[in-house]
Amino acid sequence: MLTCKEATRMMSEAQDRPLSVGERLQLQMHLAMCRGCRNFRVQMDFLRTACRRYLGRRGSEENDSRMP
Amino acid sequence: MSENTLIDDDFVAAVRRDMLKFAQLQLRDAALAEDAVQEALLAALAGGRSFAGRSALKTWVFSILRNKIVDLIRAQGRTTNVSALGDDDAALDASFDALFKTNAHWRPENRPFGWGDPEESLREERFWAVFEICLNHLPERTARVFMMREFLELETDEVCRELGITISHCNVILHRARHGLRRCLETSWFAPGEKPC
Repeated sequence: MLTCKEATRMMSEAQDRPLSVGERLQLQMHLAMCRGCRNFRVQMDFLRTACRRYLGRRGSEENDSRMP
Repeated sequence: MSENTLIDDDFVAAVRRDMLKFAQLQLRDAALAEDAVQEALLAALAGGRSFAGRSALKTWVFSILRNKIVDLIRAQGRTTNVSALGDDDAALDASFDALFKTNAHWRPENRPFGWGDPEESLREERFWAVFEICLNHLPERTARVFMMREFLELETDEVCRELGITISHCNVILHRARHGLRRCLETSWFAPGEKPC
């Protein structure tokens, strides 16, 4: 049975490599019972989205109106 | 729209400012960032391409800048000892451990709570200011690995190769960075009850 601490490491690594079947199963079982870690997982995805958006935003935001 | 009307001095100055901010965040070296931005701008403007609008031009300039930064990181990669654990890294690790009880489950007061609809935050200008502060707050080496992965979008094994560290060490650093950023955003932006005026 995973601890929350182990689960957070696994969820971070899931951003960088595909988890094995065994890892996925362990994680799913943990998440089914742990709201905190479910929130953590959503937040990991959010961080990725924010980082991608940060660059895209710098790169393509339409801010012509703010420029003199 | 002709290119002459697209590229006036004000526009270049505004783009340059954004680029510098981005390059400094990545390289954490003002002189190096300045050079990278200058080269990227020159390369972009000398290209003689035509653009559908300022936004397309800006995207193009930033993609050139990103490649320059990747090159610079590749060139200087092994000169910094990324594996040395700084005091600030150790402090971040301690702050992570402090979130858990001795049985390695969340302390109730530190259990991650729902962030509502975080997509909404992404549309707020103030969120990005907080996001940038939180990024700048990460320990230097940790931030560097994280940005190579998330901003320059290098695969983890390439990040490791460039920095001469093992995959498992890379994972530890990325996890540390994500914890730092998550906690910072949680306390500075998503904390319930207090919204800055």
